[in-house]
Amino acid sequence: MSMNRRQFIKIAGLSTLFGVAGKGAFEFLSPGVLDAAEHGHGAQVPEEPAEKAIRWGMTIDVEKCGEPGVVDKCIKACHSTHNIPDFGNSKNQVKWLWQDDYEHTFAGNENSYMDDHVKELPFLCLCNHCDEPPCVRVCPTKATFKRSDGIVAMDYHRCIGCRFCMAACPYGSRSFNWFDPRNALNEKEYNMEFPTRMRGVVEKCNFCVERLAKNQLPACVEAAPEALAFGNLADPDSNVRQILRKRSSMRRKLELGTKPSVFYLV
Amino acid sequence: MYDAWKILVGLAIFLGLFTFAFWMNAVNAGSVGKAAPVPEPKIDTPEINRMAKDERKCVEDKQFMRTTHMQLINDWRDEALRENNREYINEKGVKYVISLQNTCMKCHSNKKEFCDKCHDYAGVSPYCWDCHIVPPEEPKEEPKGNEL
Amino acid sequence: MIEKALKGEPRYYMWLVFLLGIIGVGMGCWFYQLHKGLGITGMGRDISWGVYIAQFTYLVGVAASAVMIVIPLYLHNYKKYGKLVVFGEFLAIAAVTMCMLFIVVDVGQPQRMLNVLLHPTLNSILFYDMIVLCGYLVINVIVGYNCLLADASHRPHPGWVTPFIYLSIPWAVSIHTVTAFLYAGLPGRHLWLTAVMAPRFLASAFASGPALLIIVLLIISRVSKFDPGREAVQTIAKTVCYAMIVNLFLVGMEIFTAFYSNIPGHMHPLQYLFVGLHGHGKIVAWMWTAAPFAFIGVILLLIPAARRHHGILAFACASIFLACWIDKGVALVIGGFIPNPFDRIVEYSATFPEISITLAIWAIGALILTVLHKVAITVREEQAST
Repeated sequence: MSMNRRQFIKIAGLSTLFGVAGKGAFEFLSPGVLDAAEHGHGAQVPEEPAEKAIRWGMTIDVEKCGEPGVVDKCIKACHSTHNIPDFGNSKNQVKWLWQDDYEHTFAGNENSYMDDHVKELPFLCLCNHCDEPPCVRVCPTKATFKRSDGIVAMDYHRCIGCRFCMAACPYGSRSFNWFDPRNALNEKEYNMEFPTRMRGVVEKCNFCVERLAKNQLPACVEAAPEALAFGNLADPDSNVRQILRKRSSMRRKLELGTKPSVFYLV
Repeated sequence: MYDAWKILVGLAIFLGLFTFAFWMNAVNAGSVGKAAPVPEPKIDTPEINRMAKDERKCVEDKQFMRTTHMQLINDWRDEALRENNREYINEKGVKYVISLQNTCMKCHSNKKEFCDKCHDYAGVSPYCWDCHIVPPEEPKEEPKGNEL
Repeated sequence: MIEKALKGEPRYYMWLVFLLGIIGVGMGCWFYQLHKGLGITGMGRDISWGVYIAQFTYLVGVAASAVMIVIPLYLHNYKKYGKLVVFGEFLAIAAVTMCMLFIVVDVGQPQRMLNVLLHPTLNSILFYDMIVLCGYLVINVIVGYNCLLADASHRPHPGWVTPFIYLSIPWAVSIHTVTAFLYAGLPGRHLWLTAVMAPRFLASAFASGPALLIIVLLIISRVSKFDPGREAVQTIAKTVCYAMIVNLFLVGMEIFTAFYSNIPGHMHPLQYLFVGLHGHGKIVAWMWTAAPFAFIGVILLLIPAARRHHGILAFACASIFLACWIDKGVALVIGGFIPNPFDRIVEYSATFPEISITLAIWAIGALILTVLHKVAITVREEQAST
């Protein structure tokens, strides 16, 4: 069969395209169907009983945070439980929980003549696990996603490191691993039950989902129960709802419509 | 033949690149034509040795694990992380906590003698342990506190 | 037909070797980045997008600008563009390729990039961005290649290409609108949260892209026997001029809204860019370079005598290209992150590896452009001589 060079390249290219598109079409229309061959070897997952709605939330008593050592023990608990690296500079830093003052935590709501007391109080900043998170809206791979219990979770296996979520988060809650975090961790201080992350993925506070799965409170709450409370915002009788009925509270940047789940009791 | 030398030189370079895998392997192994030995992963770990001989069962049976542990781990990843379902019930109805570090690696704590044996042989390097922490080599005492 | 790129004068080969040199250095730096991590760039927790994404944003605009040649030619039968539309399409191919390369070097896990297609997320603008950019590349390759091939074989353009040409018109607008949506929908960044982002992107795209095309065409008419046509180049120049006027007008609108409303969140990024904020002002010099170049470019293009002089025309186009590049490629992306969500200012400066990789990608674009234009020039020269 006589064929010139152009025809050969056309046929080769089209064959490749159809091959790739075939698999791609399968994935797009029926995700996982082609990989399902080995499934079903007893992989039963227990049915979840129909539960009432859960929306996890946290209250932070700012006055109690002002007492010596409280904020530090929260941050230490969080960062040691989750093997959070310390790169030693603010450019590359990874932080899930940190403190800042009123003026910066509530940027845009500055009060020119503030009382000296609140001016000095430390405010714990973390991911707010918003009800309508902009970060989830922009993630192109659903690597960050909203769980049914309200927690905004991260799937480090899927994250491509595009950092769109970091641009979208109005609270600056997210950190990127600019370098390999294991270079900034002390091997002897690993929490052996929780992984580290790899470089090139974004991370943030995860409301300790791995601890919640074992019916434990988040590490920071456990470290400072006098200052932090964690509970189900959807249950009107939960601890956090009772607290919110009694104490006046604030949330960050409410005008942006994100509906954060972290309340500051002032 | 037109441009004979150019074609011959090009062919030689092409053949060299094409057979790169074979001669590079030979260079590394130190001889030509010797097959790498069949991998023998060892299950001689403190945790497994603690169990009675007839209780030494993995999450699924050996044959299944050999062929499908990658798929299982992938499914586990999505189940635990994305579906928030951290309990797995195997063929025989036994429940396990879904966790690479705390379930799989608890028994198979000898990555170099177990996981790496087959992976090196097959020439794959799964990136699991970029994040999931490898248990230390020496035998550990009973872990304290948050035990599953 | 592509083999026409293999034969050229010595200076053609020297230019290619020069570009390959830049690419080589940049590739070395990219391997270093793959080895160590993105931390070797100037980006950090507060400025999480830097030079790479800025170049991407700018080049999407340049790519979209081909539509400014396609619309008059195919919708309004402006025959003077007939010989040079393929140069615009090839410029679009080079620009889109550069965009994709900038994304590849910017993401933290490039080997996972296909996740965007494997796990389609219909609410994510980045998902649509990937699709429209790939689609635009395919369209321009199909249209440019087939139309040029027909010209080379002295045949009329095949009819089946026409739907693709018509498709490329809204598609070009869409690529830059989608890219603008990346920025314009984010609630926390006040410099970007404006409805005028997409119109401004399009206006500056339709100014900078054709400006670059004019410069390339002027160079081509010097180094080869192909003459794009005085009238055609003048019309493109008028397009550049009016698009730039619209762009400057929209910038003025932004400034008015921010400063008349007196809202600090809106004013701060613009203050940082133009006059500095709280003692920080790394970009101020850039802005006050861009502004005069922008106005000088527009004025020169408005004056017919200046516009008709090719030397002044080239300078005016270069000014506008530079001004738009500073506006989009430097100020926009970095300014959006300043001040950060805590109202603090963290500044950004690119590192050497980062700049080197950036230059390498520009060089790859120039290489693609050179090769494709070489083919187009040879076809046109052969057409003219028969």
